[in-house]
Parts: sequence; C-alpha cells; structure tokens
Amino acid sequence: MSKMTREMLNARRIQAKMAADAHTRTVLICAGTGCIAGGSLKIYDYLKTECEKRGISVLVNLMDDETQCAGHAINMKKSGCHGFCEMGPLLQIEPEGYLYTHVKIEDCDEIIEKTIIGGEVIERLLYTLDGVSYAKHNDIPFYRQQHRVVLENCGTTDAEDMDEYLAKDGYAAFEKALFEMTDEQICREIMDSGLRGRGGGGFPAGRKWDSVRKQPKGKKYVVCNGDEGDPGAFMDRSIMEGNPHSVIEGMLIAACAAGSDEGYIYVRAEYPLAVTRLKIAIAKAEEAGLLGDNILGTDFSFHLHVNRGAGAFVCGEGSALTASIEGKRGMPRVKPPRTVEHGLWAQPTVLNNVETFSAVPLIVRKGAAWFRSIGTENSPGTKAFALTGNVVNTGLIEVPMGTTLREVIFDIGGGIKDGKKFKAVQIGGPSGGCLTEEHLDLPMDFDSLKKLGAMIGSGGLVVMDEDTCMVEVARFFMHFTQNESCGKCVPCREGTRRMLEILERIVANEGTLEDLDLLEELSATITETALCGLGQSACKPVQSTLKYFRNEYLAHVVDKHCPHCNGRKKELQIDPTLCKGCGKCKRQCPMEAIEGQIRMPHTIDTTKCIKCGACWGSCPFGAIREE
Amino acid sequence: MSNGISMERVDQIIDSYGSKRHHLIAIMQDIQAEYKYLSPEVLERIAEKLHIGVAKVYSVATFYENFSLEAKGKYIIKVCDGTACHVRKSQPIYNAIREYLNLEGKQKTSANGLFTLETVACLGACGLAPVVTINDQVHSKMTPESMIDLLKQLEKEDAANE
Repeated sequence: MSKMTREMLNARRIQAKMAADAHTRTVLICAGTGCIAGGSLKIYDYLKTECEKRGISVLVNLMDDETQCAGHAINMKKSGCHGFCEMGPLLQIEPEGYLYTHVKIEDCDEIIEKTIIGGEVIERLLYTLDGVSYAKHNDIPFYRQQHRVVLENCGTTDAEDMDEYLAKDGYAAFEKALFEMTDEQICREIMDSGLRGRGGGGFPAGRKWDSVRKQPKGKKYVVCNGDEGDPGAFMDRSIMEGNPHSVIEGMLIAACAAGSDEGYIYVRAEYPLAVTRLKIAIAKAEEAGLLGDNILGTDFSFHLHVNRGAGAFVCGEGSALTASIEGKRGMPRVKPPRTVEHGLWAQPTVLNNVETFSAVPLIVRKGAAWFRSIGTENSPGTKAFALTGNVVNTGLIEVPMGTTLREVIFDIGGGIKDGKKFKAVQIGGPSGGCLTEEHLDLPMDFDSLKKLGAMIGSGGLVVMDEDTCMVEVARFFMHFTQNESCGKCVPCREGTRRMLEILERIVANEGTLEDLDLLEELSATITETALCGLGQSACKPVQSTLKYFRNEYLAHVVDKHCPHCNGRKKELQIDPTLCKGCGKCKRQCPMEAIEGQIRMPHTIDTTKCIKCGACWGSCPFGAIREE
Repeated sequence: MSNGISMERVDQIIDSYGSKRHHLIAIMQDIQAEYKYLSPEVLERIAEKLHIGVAKVYSVATFYENFSLEAKGKYIIKVCDGTACHVRKSQPIYNAIREYLNLEGKQKTSANGLFTLETVACLGACGLAPVVTINDQVHSKMTPESMIDLLKQLEKEDAANE
C-alpha cells in the first residue's frame, strides 16, 4: 500500500465532495442503537432488495461509481443517531429532506413507489404535533430550535464510510494542525476558544493540553473517556456510533499538541456498536495513512487502541479509567499528582471525553472566535443533552451553552407527557442535583449550575412530572452510587451505605426527623472527605431534594403517607366499621384489587395489591389503613 | 478439559494478546464471551501465562460486574424488574421460574446446567411489560403460565437436539 501524502489526501477529499454533490437521491436509515432495536436494519435490507428488484441500483458507499450503473441509481446509507429516538425507526429522504417516523416493513413498498421513485411525500408517516404535520426534518420543532455542531454529521452520514467524513472537510483540521501550526499554537487556539471538558468537570481543555505539552519530552498518552455510565445519558454513545472519525481527528490534534504518539479510547461494555464503529473507523484511518507511523509523510506518528470497559461506573473517573486500561482494578487514586503529569502508566496524559474531542476539529478548522460566538462568555460552544423521563420528545439534542431549561424542556422537548405539570429535572445523573420550576429560566452553563449545587455533568436530563416522589428519586440515585462505589475509601464505601439505609427507611415511612439531620450531616462529611469525584458528588441528589422538596421528606416522616409514591411496605386494609361501600377506592385501584358490593364494606385482595396508595387518597371516610 | 472449557483455546486467546499483562481485562472478556464464565482453572492459567499472582487476576475478575465466576446455563433467562414490569407482575414470573427449576437460596443455575435465572433493571421495552429475555431474545407480555410453557418447550427442543 502506498503511503498517503497531503496531496493525495486532498485529492481524495475533492473526489469525495464531487461524489457527494453528484448523488441526487439519498435514503438515510437511522442505525443508532434505538432505531436498530426498532428493526431499522431489517428495513434497510428490505428497501435495498426491493429497490434492486425494481431495477434501481443501490449505491452503498459514497465513492461507488454511479456511471457504472445501468439506469436509475440511488444512494442508501445507514446513518448515525438522529437523536429523535422516541419516533424511531427513522428514515430520511434527500434531496427533499423528508423525515418518516415509526417506519415499518409494511410501509416500505409505498415508500419506494411514492417517494423514492415519485418524489412524493407520504403524509401518514410524517411527524405530527398539535394537528400539524411536518414534512421536512428541519421544520420539526424538536430540530428547529437546536444548534447542532458536534452532532451535525450524526444522522446525515454513514459512520462506516470514511469518504463521507472527508467530503465534509474531515481531517482538514488535523492537516492544518500538523502542517501549519506549532504545538504551542494548537494549545493556544484551544485555550482561546474556551473549550471546557464536556465530561462533567468543565476544566479548560487547552490548559490541560498545554500542561502535558510542557512536561519533559518522552512517552505521553492521549486518552478518550467513552465510559458514559450515567443512567439516562447517551450523548457520547451517539457520537461514537454516528461520527467516530471526529473523535479520532480530535485525538490526533491533541497528540500533535501534546507530543504524544499513542492513544486509547475507553468505551463502556454496554456499547458494543460504538466499539465496532470505532474499530472500523480506526482501521480505515490506518489504511489511509492517517494513523500509524510517519503520518502524511511527516515524522509524526500516532497509534490508537480501543479498550472495552467491563461494567464499573467508577471507571469514568480519570485515574480509575487509566488503571483499568493498565489491566488493574479500576479504582481512583489520591491526587495530586494530576493526570497531566502522572496518568496512564505514570506518563503525562491528555484525558478528555468523547464530546470534547469531537468539538476540537471544528475549532481548529473554523477558529476560536467562531466557537466563542456560540454559547456564553465563560462556557462557549454547544452542549449535547440526553433528554429523557416524563417529557414528550425524548432524545438527543444539542443547544448552545446558556440555553434555558424552559427552552430545552418545553420548546424542544415538547413539554411534559400527558399534560401533567413539571416538577423537577435531574441534571448530571447521580452526580448532579435536581432543579425546579424556579430555575426554568436560568441559562444553563458550567458556572450557573455549580452555584446551585447541580452540574451539567455529562449531560443527562431526566425530567420528572408532578406525580414523581422526590424522596424515591434520591433513594434511586443513592442506590446506584452505593452499588458502584469501588470500596477504596471509607467515606464513600460506608457513608453511601448508611445514607441508603436511611433513605430506604424514610421511603418506607419509618424515618424520623432526626434522620433528615443525619442525612445532611453525612452528606457534608462524604462530600468533603471522599477520595474521588464519584464519592464527592454522591450526595448531590439528596442535598438538592432536601433543599427543594423538604415537604416531601416530611410527608414520609411526619404524615407517614406520601401522595406520590408507593413506598408503603405494609399491607393495606379496609376497616369494615368505617367503610360505607361507596366504591370510590374500587374505581381508583389500578390493579383491580378491591372487591365489594355497593353500600357494603369492601375488601382488598393483598395478593393483587401493589400498595400504591391510590385508594388511601380517595377514601372520604379514612377507612383504609396500614396493618 | 474441564466443564467444557478447552485450555488450548484459552491459551490461544492469551497468546493472541501477546501474553501482555495490561490486556488482562480484554483476555478475560474474550474467554467469557466463549464460555460464559471464568472457571478457577482459567484464572490460574491466565495468572501463570501472564506471570502475575492468581490473587491479582481474581481481584480484577471480581471488581468488574461483567465477569462471572460461576458457570452459567445454556439458556440465560433475564426477568425484567424495572418499574413498569414490576407493576405488571414480573415477580410472580420470577418466583414461578425459581420453583419450576428448584432453585434454592442464592442458586441461579438449574442442577442440569440448562438454565440460569437473573433479573435485569430495565430493558426499555416497557410497552411490552412484563418482559423476559432468553439468550437476549425478547419475550413480551409474559405470565407465570406462559413462562413455564416456554421453559418446557426449550427443554424438549434441547432433548431433541441431544
């Protein structure tokens, strides 16, 4: 294989661009994890076979030669995640830009006849909201209000075809960094852009790179953290699956800046598709001479490996992650020394997360000033969020930093499901806090959230409606953290266990007022003394719910009855002397566990009862009680 | 040979990683992908070939949740115990399976080595609740009765293939 030179890379890019312009009809089938679960790959295969049966040539790769095909030819691609997972499987048809939702195999023949051949839109497959149907994907409110920069290529390109990335100016930033910039200039550019780590901490990426650059010459590493473990977060997964080359390019630029020749991407075990796509992307980049020795004829070399995690949330912490790459138990260590001085195999290491690396090529190509023009003064750029929970449009979104929660939840997210009222949103997963109605108009950036005791974290947004019990939410997250505590330091190992015990007691209506004070005291101690970020932030959900929803704790502790949750562990029974047989409870019961004749005392079948308490609230006579 | 694990194959996997210590996790992942668990013999062999202590290998194997040190059955049954499935009665299904397979205490795998029973937090298929997966194939809207029928059917199929 001949070595790729800069000229050859440019020629290939121009060819790819021409090929991209030449394709008129393109069908994009979403092949993100969500849509695949909905059967999108079967739809792809069916469409391809059926098109070919009808004499339409199907081109799978961008560089497939259209002129070789007899007659009509279309381009059919498996794209990365569109982000609108709620509506999957999704199918987008270019050049019109039609977006079809909930596509089924049965719809395919009609799609081929009407849209692919006829260019006609099929009304019933369009997204509709409030009686208005939207033909084009850019018109849908969910997309219209977003600002997709890092996610731009997710959903529009085939992640397994490197030429598509090249056609969109892929690796142009790396070229610029390699040939036209010094290591110092690259670090300066990233510092000027104000890019802050998207993994949670928000540390300026440029400063990190510059610290590694200034370390004495020798072995240095670039590590990408793809161990996205927060429940309800999947931004990094979508980038790795949908635009893997942007991560590789970002890491290459970091390697140029820091003087590194080896890198690792650490991906959690639950993301097999991301691992596959990254491995394919690395192989293609190696083949093209963009990874390996003497890249593009220079003396710069960079080798990239993919490591799979093995199911430990704590490995998202920097020093635990590098320990895991070294083949050890993934446990954090005391800092300092910091990772920039003493990282992987005790060598200086640049460690950033997927979204951060993915933003780097754009900054280098378009300039720091362009990046600064988006977002806020201290948090420039955009941020991807995974929007889940009781919200109408769940999915993956990207908005400029400083966008308010109201815009995200109500304008893009379409508001709360089933017309219920908004209660709170948990931001940053188990390491973040909850925000309430009073924070809806607050611009979200690193600093504003920190002030409130929450954090952007990796970007999970779990929306909760009026029926959610916030004590139960706190218990859920504490259960998660406790389960994932690595056990190295006492405050986290013992402290989170005691916190969980207290919370379980409160949820079961067996807590006392002293328990609330104890929770606060333990929270403060653990936050101050735990070894790593996991422990230090473990109490945030408890602290923020205690602050904003103390009345719900009191409902459990004082009233021994929570109107929202089914925390009651004891059996419910109807007192026959008080029951007038009105039947209200019977109508309320979701499990049909209550039986009885009208005007006769009713009974609860305890084998059917789920102790939800719906009957309790409905009884006008106070006849229902715990035994 | 022990428990169907071929030590030659284990050696092959270790060698494919150049017997390098830092590949310990990847080596164990590959072995488990083939045999569904890591036996004591396998851990010892890895330690020997990588020139590290068995305790070290054991410490890593027990730290990560994905590794199993117990043999698993041919069919791995996962009963979803997420909120939606729980409300729609996944627990009676779980109990019925335990009873049918005579599982006691912490035992997860049936005596004949055919079935392993686990629970899973949420499969995200809440519309189909209650959900059970058998070797990652989703079975929706299960009841204790349909579950037992399914187990009987699998037993029959297995016996026919023997």
